[in-house]
Amino acid sequence: MAELLATSPLEGLVPLSAGPFTLSDAGVARITSVAPFAGKEKAVSAALKKAHGLAFPAPNTVISKGEARIVWTGRGQAFLIGADPAPLAGIAALTDQSDGWAVLRLDGPEAERVLARKVAVDLRPAVFGEGAVVRTALGHMMSVILRAGAGFEIFVFRSMAHTAVHEIGEAMRAVAARG
Amino acid sequence: MRITCPLCGERDRREFYYYGADDYLRRPGEGAAPEAWDSYLHLRDNPAGITRDLWHHEMGCSAWLVVERSTITHEIRSVKLVSDVQEGGK
Repeated sequence: MAELLATSPLEGLVPLSAGPFTLSDAGVARITSVAPFAGKEKAVSAALKKAHGLAFPAPNTVISKGEARIVWTGRGQAFLIGADPAPLAGIAALTDQSDGWAVLRLDGPEAERVLARKVAVDLRPAVFGEGAVVRTALGHMMSVILRAGAGFEIFVFRSMAHTAVHEIGEAMRAVAARG
Repeated sequence: MRITCPLCGERDRREFYYYGADDYLRRPGEGAAPEAWDSYLHLRDNPAGITRDLWHHEMGCSAWLVVERSTITHEIRSVKLVSDVQEGGK
């Protein structure tokens, strides 16, 4: 039987830097989509609280506790990251999406200047601070964008990894060139 | 044009997909007359003024929305989740 090696969809594409900006692999390990069954939102929140100290997040928010995070990703849906979804079995639709996403980390001073070239949502810290997330378009790609300290974590579909790195890299170079 | 999604907030029109009139929410029941199906599938008003249509927030939260807007001024009067409208009964 063949020996298979797991590789990140960003293998060979990052790290990338331009001026003060860097783009790297966020190294997110386990992603589970959690969609509470009808009428089970409270039960899901209670189970998350008991197992991980989390709750089902309100729209556009992230709840973190240690390594575990839960990120709102749409109507009636959130991604549980870095935590075991087993306690939610039977009250929510659970789908392992760990291999489905490429997760980038963008850092640099006022990194929102870079994303402003590709994203039509205001991501400045005053309105998009810690614990904020948006589902929006990055260029023509669907994406999930989270505030992460001074920078951002950017989720795109695995198949979009190359395009995302190209587009963000282009924006990084353009903003860096303006000084 | 910007649409305020009840979940995501105000977003650019490019994030949304236009589906058609909100007549699609009023599907005839089983055994309805052919005229009702003809009307449901094919007959649409073309108002100069307020119209209600369905939009999908495909680049955002994936919710279906009922958008009430004016075809004359492009004003958007209200945006609601289809799930809320449907659960409210009709």
